[in-house]
Amino acid sequence: MQVTGTVLTTRRVDAYHALTVVAPGIAERYRPGHFVSVAVGGPHTSMVTRRALSIHDVKADYGGTVELVFTARGAGTSWLAERRARDTLDLVGPLGRPFPLPRDPVHCVLVGSEYGSAVLFPLADALLARGCRVDFVLGGAGAERVFGAMRARRMAETTTLTTEDGSLGLRGKVTDALPSVIADTRADAVYACAPMETLRAVTAVGMEFDIPVQVAVEEAMACGIGVCMTCVLPVIGDDGATRMVRACAEGPVFRGERVRFEDVGTIPFDALGAPGGGARHVG
Amino acid sequence: MSVDMRTFLAHVELANPITTAAGCAASGQELAQFFDLHRLGALTTRSITMAPRAGRPTPRMAETPSGMLNAVGLQGPGIEAFLERELPWLAQRGIKTIVSIGGGTVAEYSTLARRLADAPGVTALEVNLSCPNMEDRGRVFAREGSAAAEVIASVRSIMRYDVPVVAKLAPDVADIVSVARACVDAGADALSMINNPLGMAIDTEALRPSLAAVTGGLSGPAVLPLAVRCVWQVHAALPGVPLIGVGGVMTGKDAFQLVLAGACAVGVGTALFHDPYACLRIERELEELLRARGFQRLADAVGLAHRPPGSAPRHLLVDTEESTP
Repeated sequence: MQVTGTVLTTRRVDAYHALTVVAPGIAERYRPGHFVSVAVGGPHTSMVTRRALSIHDVKADYGGTVELVFTARGAGTSWLAERRARDTLDLVGPLGRPFPLPRDPVHCVLVGSEYGSAVLFPLADALLARGCRVDFVLGGAGAERVFGAMRARRMAETTTLTTEDGSLGLRGKVTDALPSVIADTRADAVYACAPMETLRAVTAVGMEFDIPVQVAVEEAMACGIGVCMTCVLPVIGDDGATRMVRACAEGPVFRGERVRFEDVGTIPFDALGAPGGGARHVG
Repeated sequence: MSVDMRTFLAHVELANPITTAAGCAASGQELAQFFDLHRLGALTTRSITMAPRAGRPTPRMAETPSGMLNAVGLQGPGIEAFLERELPWLAQRGIKTIVSIGGGTVAEYSTLARRLADAPGVTALEVNLSCPNMEDRGRVFAREGSAAAEVIASVRSIMRYDVPVVAKLAPDVADIVSVARACVDAGADALSMINNPLGMAIDTEALRPSLAAVTGGLSGPAVLPLAVRCVWQVHAALPGVPLIGVGGVMTGKDAFQLVLAGACAVGVGTALFHDPYACLRIERELEELLRARGFQRLADAVGLAHRPPGSAPRHLLVDTEESTP
């Protein structure tokens, strides 16, 4: 649904921006993993595409608020970073498919890199509510780019931090620390949100331990509602065939081993409808 | 007093002039989450091809000043799956559906038309002669009157007489009027213009083209003046031919420009990416603009900007005459 939300508070979280917006309709329907799209630039904007933002927190006050986390990279997100309390925002959401939750109280490792970590906190709340054990592995290029370390420490059984420059926690990437965390916690499942390359490595680790990995991908989108067909990636379906599916409508959450990470950005030759015959030659 | 917004696409009546543009409403089900599709004049499908198509690699989209480039490459399910799942879904709900088709050869267009000729729920057939994303770059039918006419003549001869055939034209041509005339002579019942002109953007960080396909179709407010010009020129040359004006319509005022230039229906595309409710808003705004200017019928405004300088708008003259005792 579309909501004209009013900005309640704005804050900086390390290197990132966070906006809390009053959006009751979205907060009510939200499940961890959902995202929203935001129109940027005001009513007469020259920016025609919406920005897909992850939801870091949902609260019941003021009828329902959502906290959105983003980094100011281009003209659109810079405009968003300039919003102040009482400004209004045009939001559409909640969008996408949420994270599937385990039925039983299992051990889950939540892996986040940079501001991808943001979506993991509402997920952790939901997992804890089901009696799951939650452990975090969070990382970033430097200390100020590790999102939510404090909050993770408060919620999780253990929190492992990694930075590439060694300024916080272990030096290296989240995937360097992940195997030992999985082994120590005897994890049953991994949830991850990070850039594509990291998700690929996280999935590889999960497969090594033979535990399921749920990944939330970050793809560039124009609409967020499934009509523009620009956010596609190759994913293997239940029938074994690879299809170019939309990160916004079929995702953003996928089973890690189903995503053909090494082929993202291409049309694999055996994808359904690939140039030159594609799936017709399979089997 | 409400304005009569009904319009005719050839002999097919639409409740209002606002349609979705081809390729901007996916299967229709995505937009149905937001509003009742019956409130559209018609829904135009993505261009349906014979085989399923995976489309182009990503990145497929780049935002540009007042617009965006896309190179989706006609990703779609193919005609089989379309007839099995997508069209019945629309037909069962009684949604007016303009089916867009795309092919690489005249024979492919003909085969598509044959498959659709007996399918229930096809309000009109739009022939995408011009998609710049087609892999078969050597033959963009819309570039030349004779190639376009060959496709239209073949499709027209196959489709049932009561299903209008609409030719979708590209603006990337030296003389759009000659292509339009060739299509009408070949049997096109209506014309839709414009498809995306080709554009390109370069990523100054990566120092390479922003799109994986290098070039892409430019859409959004940036192309509105191009659409108004094309509709104007074609309406001036072929005043009796129904035109669907498409290109960068974001507001009712944009739609009104196309109507005044000669369009009897207006396609909304990129605006849907920005605002899922764009079609409804634009329809409402257009109706308000017409009412504010004293129009009782949308039809009275179609092509009105073509009247000679100094003459009063017809609809106002009629009003004065009626009020004289």
